[in-house]
Amino acid sequence: MKEPEAISSRLAWVGAACLVLGVVFSAPALAQNEQFIPMADYRIGPYAAGGTGTYGGFIDYLDMLNSRDGGINGVKLTWEECETEYKNDRGVECYDRRKKKGPTGAAMFNFRSTGITYACIERATADKIPVISIGYGRADASDGRVFPYVFPLVTNYWSQSTAKIRFIGMKSGGMDKLKGKKIINLYHGSAYGKETIPILDLQAKKYGFTVTHIEVPHPGNEQESQWLQIRQAKPDWVILRGWGVMNPVALKTAAKVGYPRDHIIGVWWSGAEEDVTPAGDAAKGYIAAAFHPSGTNFPVLQDIQKRVYSGGHKGNLEDMKRFGSIYYNRGVIHGILNTEAIRTAQAKFGKKPLTGEQVRWGLENLNLDEKRLKELGAYNLLQPIKVSCMDHEGGGAVKFQQWDGKQWKLISDWIKSDQSIVRPMVEESAAAYAKEKGITPRDCSKE
Amino acid sequence: MIYREAGQFKSTYKEDQQIFPIRQDRIALAAILIAGFVLVPLAGNDYWFNAILIPSLILALAALGLNILTGYAGQLSLGSAGFMAVGAFGAYNLMLRVPHMPVLGSFFLAGIVAAAVGLLFGLPSLRIKGFYLAVTTLAAQFVIEWALTKFAWFSNYNPSGVISAQKMVILGYRFDSPVRRYVLTLSIVAVLALAAKNLVRSRVGRAWMAVRDMDVAAEVIGIPMLRTKLLAFGVSSFYCGVAGALWAFAYLGSVEPQAFDLTRSFQILFMVIVGGMGSILGSFLGAAFIVLLPIFLNVTAHSLFSGGVSQSLASNLELMAFGALIIFFLAVEPFGLARLWQTGKEKLRLWPFPH
Repeated sequence: MKEPEAISSRLAWVGAACLVLGVVFSAPALAQNEQFIPMADYRIGPYAAGGTGTYGGFIDYLDMLNSRDGGINGVKLTWEECETEYKNDRGVECYDRRKKKGPTGAAMFNFRSTGITYACIERATADKIPVISIGYGRADASDGRVFPYVFPLVTNYWSQSTAKIRFIGMKSGGMDKLKGKKIINLYHGSAYGKETIPILDLQAKKYGFTVTHIEVPHPGNEQESQWLQIRQAKPDWVILRGWGVMNPVALKTAAKVGYPRDHIIGVWWSGAEEDVTPAGDAAKGYIAAAFHPSGTNFPVLQDIQKRVYSGGHKGNLEDMKRFGSIYYNRGVIHGILNTEAIRTAQAKFGKKPLTGEQVRWGLENLNLDEKRLKELGAYNLLQPIKVSCMDHEGGGAVKFQQWDGKQWKLISDWIKSDQSIVRPMVEESAAAYAKEKGITPRDCSKE
Repeated sequence: MIYREAGQFKSTYKEDQQIFPIRQDRIALAAILIAGFVLVPLAGNDYWFNAILIPSLILALAALGLNILTGYAGQLSLGSAGFMAVGAFGAYNLMLRVPHMPVLGSFFLAGIVAAAVGLLFGLPSLRIKGFYLAVTTLAAQFVIEWALTKFAWFSNYNPSGVISAQKMVILGYRFDSPVRRYVLTLSIVAVLALAAKNLVRSRVGRAWMAVRDMDVAAEVIGIPMLRTKLLAFGVSSFYCGVAGALWAFAYLGSVEPQAFDLTRSFQILFMVIVGGMGSILGSFLGAAFIVLLPIFLNVTAHSLFSGGVSQSLASNLELMAFGALIIFFLAVEPFGLARLWQTGKEKLRLWPFPH
């Protein structure tokens, strides 16, 4: 039995040699015509399902662009992953590790974590690198005058909340019918969970319904007492503002206490396949918000399938069953918005690798109308987006979907958010931030 | 040969009682401090300051705080992150609500506030010991996190409960760039570490160790339990509080209560265990090990396996390697990294003629 030992010791040597080589040659050869996009993702920990799905779609989209078009106008896209574990300190480490990569530095950052986004706002603004937060992050960063480098694209939490109340109004037969209705906001006990309390209170006052906020402490795997409280209160609707394991547990416990699931409305971080399948039959009928649908019936997804997953190619996704899932499609949307911003900036600054500052201009002038969305093969996957210096959100509409036990079915069209409620709150909050930090807001007429 | 104290005669009490009695230690310490204050700021880059040095130093300070309580006074605590949170939110509120509050003053007072909270949660230590005490400090961890989330006043009514640290200006000098924040952190940590080193050799420190080794015997020889144990809780929480304030102000710039959750408490406890119980040096070694190793593994995993292995697998391998290395180090040296250094030191004193 000498041989296996010899092999294992040789293997150890090879491993050691690889390690040394890896460290020595980790500085890559600088190719000049490349745009570097850092991927600060998370593949382990309690939220890994969200991380692997979204970044899978994101990376696959970039891969597809490289293979189909050779990148953006001939500028090849490169990326490198960095594990954040959804932790703020690891996220900041990734930010600093990757910000100067590539010929022009990082084009932008997408952390898919509200906490890391908060922690990097000041750093990124000082370094002139945009931070994009699609459907999470600071809601008041929609005011681009105070937050020039932060882009909460598509919709923020507050917009979502107003669209949801509108949806409930539609279901009840008109906004005036909301009067006297009882709504319970069941929220995750974190910064993310608390974010919509003030806007719900404001709307309750405006439309005359009552709202009760019930907190579920992180991580939320025990909700018996909360749901007993809900059963006693007999609300007309329950808003589920959950994250991770809290979502299936909420649905299962609701079934146990006999609360109808089709009167529970989740936010978009409670509305992926991973949130409902563990609850099994208890999830049937549950409604959730979405800023994009699931499914593979979009030309852009078929392009990815064709170029990244066939003919011996292997994409970023390990389990092909997740292709076209909510998280995966969210990743594709990340890819589209990020690369279209680069494309917009290239139209102004030239077809070459761009700096973060130039990409910022592209983001601020991003305009995806229906025609462009059709060209991208993402019509109906993504709503039309128009970003401006004043408005870093750009979209603001939400669709609603219902789980039928097997898949998400869309049950509404795009429902516009009520910016007459959201915008004053955004501006007030951003102004308070500017005052606290001593920032003079930009004058958008001069941009 | 080099590391030998032969010929260093102590002729006065003062010399006999100095903190570092061996000349080589004094030279080494001076060299480390000069390197830390002069060479590193000249040679380092933003990545090193922001991602490596500042967090390691701050967590070393927190580990030092826990080491005072657990390593020296023998009281097991799982609430360190909670006390860090008190420090972070305390410094923020002091800066916000007290006019003309100097930054260093707010750090100091935040430490005092944390110490007060620590005293409160230290009270059960008079009746219960060991793992039971750990459970009551666990309560501190949860109560503090809950209170900071529940009462919006602490975060100045920020809708998401996140505080955003004020700018640090000391005597008109702004500590905003990474290198300046590093120097500020290093100064505070160096001063507090020196104070701790002194404290543990003083009457108080000896009383702590007596309590740790056998509290009944300590009581019999006249060490007041109440004062000694509570002082350990107070001093330990002070260190954790200052570390928390630095975490918010010098490192992240914005924190939420969840940044100081139970995982962080465990992380600090692991630093103390891996680094070495009852050792100032061990706190620094432990912090370096726990902070730097995952980053090092992440960097190597990505350069080693790039393309070959899927990223999810690489990330999981990292975690496994991290766990395996902790077990390896503890199996080789159960008393921590500081003990390894001590053994090495003793060998060096005999080298090259071991007998």
